[in-house]
Amino acid sequence: MQVPLRDPKIVMKLSRLGSFHQSKLSFLRSFLNEFKDWKYNRDLFDLNDRGYGVAIYSFSKDKKTYSLVCFANELKDEERSDRVIATKWDAAFALYDGIPSKIDIDRLSQNVPKQEVGRLSYKELTLSRANRSVRAFNYVVECLSKGIQPNTNELSKVGYLYRTTAVYGSGKFGLADRFRIKNRDEINGPFRLEMMLVYLVRQFTFDQVNHIAKHKNPKDAVELDLDICRNLGIGNSTGLGMAPFIVNHPSLLNNWILAKETALKKIREIEKVSEEEFKIFYNCLTKSLKNVTSWNTDSEYQKKKINNLINDLQNLINYLKDNIDKSNFYIFDKLYNWAEENLSEEGVEYLVSIMMEPYNEITDPLISQMSSDEDSSFNIPVDRTINDLREIIEKNYSDILKIDFSKNENNKKFWFISKNKEEPRIGDRFEDNGSELEQPTAIARDIKKLYETIFTLKNSLKIGNFLVQNNDLRHIVRRVFITEKYPYSEIQDNTIGSKLVPIDMLRLKLSFFGAVKFDPRSDKWLRICMFQGAPLPNELNSFNQYWIYN
Amino acid sequence: MRSYSEIDTIVKRSTKAKGFSWGVAEEIGKNIKQLELFGLPGIKHINQYFKIFNNEKFENCQSFNKSNRPQNFYCPIKLGLSFFDQSISIQELNDIEIEKMAYPLIFLPFVSRSSEITGKRIFLKIDQKEFLLNFNQSIYSNYLSSEVVEKADVIKIQFLENKNNFSEEDWKELTKLSENTFVEETDELKQKTAGAGLTDND
Repeated sequence: MQVPLRDPKIVMKLSRLGSFHQSKLSFLRSFLNEFKDWKYNRDLFDLNDRGYGVAIYSFSKDKKTYSLVCFANELKDEERSDRVIATKWDAAFALYDGIPSKIDIDRLSQNVPKQEVGRLSYKELTLSRANRSVRAFNYVVECLSKGIQPNTNELSKVGYLYRTTAVYGSGKFGLADRFRIKNRDEINGPFRLEMMLVYLVRQFTFDQVNHIAKHKNPKDAVELDLDICRNLGIGNSTGLGMAPFIVNHPSLLNNWILAKETALKKIREIEKVSEEEFKIFYNCLTKSLKNVTSWNTDSEYQKKKINNLINDLQNLINYLKDNIDKSNFYIFDKLYNWAEENLSEEGVEYLVSIMMEPYNEITDPLISQMSSDEDSSFNIPVDRTINDLREIIEKNYSDILKIDFSKNENNKKFWFISKNKEEPRIGDRFEDNGSELEQPTAIARDIKKLYETIFTLKNSLKIGNFLVQNNDLRHIVRRVFITEKYPYSEIQDNTIGSKLVPIDMLRLKLSFFGAVKFDPRSDKWLRICMFQGAPLPNELNSFNQYWIYN
Repeated sequence: MRSYSEIDTIVKRSTKAKGFSWGVAEEIGKNIKQLELFGLPGIKHINQYFKIFNNEKFENCQSFNKSNRPQNFYCPIKLGLSFFDQSISIQELNDIEIEKMAYPLIFLPFVSRSSEITGKRIFLKIDQKEFLLNFNQSIYSNYLSSEVVEKADVIKIQFLENKNNFSEEDWKELTKLSENTFVEETDELKQKTAGAGLTDND
């Protein structure tokens, strides 16, 4: 049986993208699998009694080493802010390519804590900073110093000791350009070094609480129980920075979604699901109920989505019990079709994620196809014709062409870069200043403009000749030809409409990172958790790959 | 050191700030990054050009002839885009002469990228400075200094026919040497080891 790939016009709608969940394709899970046979080490731990100083952690194999250099700094409560406009943090980190010398560490100590205003070199791969969850961090230190373990119910309300507020890579602030490292097998997957940084930061947070507690009460202090450590992750506060990223990297976005869609297609085409495969799927599904129930948020928007998801999971379990005979053929296809008819988008996408769990042989080859050489699709094919361009637009953007941009509601927002922080923001075109400096993220509007411009032109006109007179549409012509090769490269929605929920765009990217427990704090930023439940670094050579459902 | 990603981003934004469209800005960001990657002083040139950009009137050329002469100086960005967009038809002219161009090094990446999309090497001569552009993979040149080239009086562009730059004699000698990796075939070996049929007369 041949199952078609899902239609990009359905999958690439923002409400659908904003319902995506982590899966076996997620970058943090593929990172753990890739580095499971690397040697982990804590190379330096030079903190004072109060936990401030330098620490270095590394992964090494053969002659390669990646070292996380951590700087823990004293921070007054009034200086602590997760907003991107902050200038000081509890800790700052850089992932160094190799083993840093004393000179390197000194150089990094002058720059890494400054983050965006510091300068890094091509020897550094990623950069980040993090703030303590004051409530959880102090509580854990207090308990450990008294010789007792913290209450896990208390800790689960937060889920982490630190949260990062940005993780940078790919040439930012002088970091190594992607081309310098792209041929290394171990990082042949997107954001793998960013994942390594976050994972090692998690270990640093455990070591730091143990260290502070020990110095607070050397006689009675105990170390944080390893089970509790495993159930703590790293938090992350994510703002609008991620949203333009997915618009500005169309072929990369395509490769992420295409991997997911290909996995789904292949799973739906499985004729006979074995007992063992079904058992893995069913276990992940039933454990999910507990997992999703512990998903805390104050956001009414998210609470509604979580309740829908819990209902969906329950309905799914009931449907499986009542209607699925495991001995039948194509049961995952039947299940998927039922889900599309009966579940919310959250529920459908959750099902898609857990259906992947039994099938390493399907997901593993796809993981290495999730990176992209974006320069290869940069050149506009200038010898193509206006007829080609028009046909691609009509085929790939038919829903977009229905939007009436003369209505203010469809043209309400604009994306811009703030001068003081060089970060993306979204404003109201009719109320806020700055729309004349709008970023090229209004793809739907510009597609419509291009379509109207070429509507009456001669079919045979070459694109190169068209551009000579129409360079203002050059960016959008480029995109149209990219969608011809990459069907999942474009969001099939209006990113400047009044109904836009920007966190849908963030959620899409974060789900591919492997984030869980999305906790929107407004429609423009959210908190999430990464690596909660993951094995500790010295357990990587043998771990339960379904840890995320525990 | 500034990363190439930073160079791309900053040039893209500054090009937009000079009044070009986002699509053009994307092209210039990539081009200047490419110049810097090839060891040519792209940042220096674009910065200098943008300083005078609003003070002088630069021209574009929307259709190319064998000889192209502006009244004022050509803008390397507008001319570069026009050249790149029409390079598939321009190549039929084989040799092109362009007079008077401001900051011609900014024009160079457009020609280099044209070499890739036309599938032909391009010889570019900016006054006395020579560049052989190899399918946008490499640049061979006698321009080794990082001096700013503010203007060129004459630019010559030649699309080179696809032909080997070695003799048939060289090729034959190497082919003969390469045959030393083959096994001498006897009748017996042919009978025992050939995959295809031994006769094609069926």
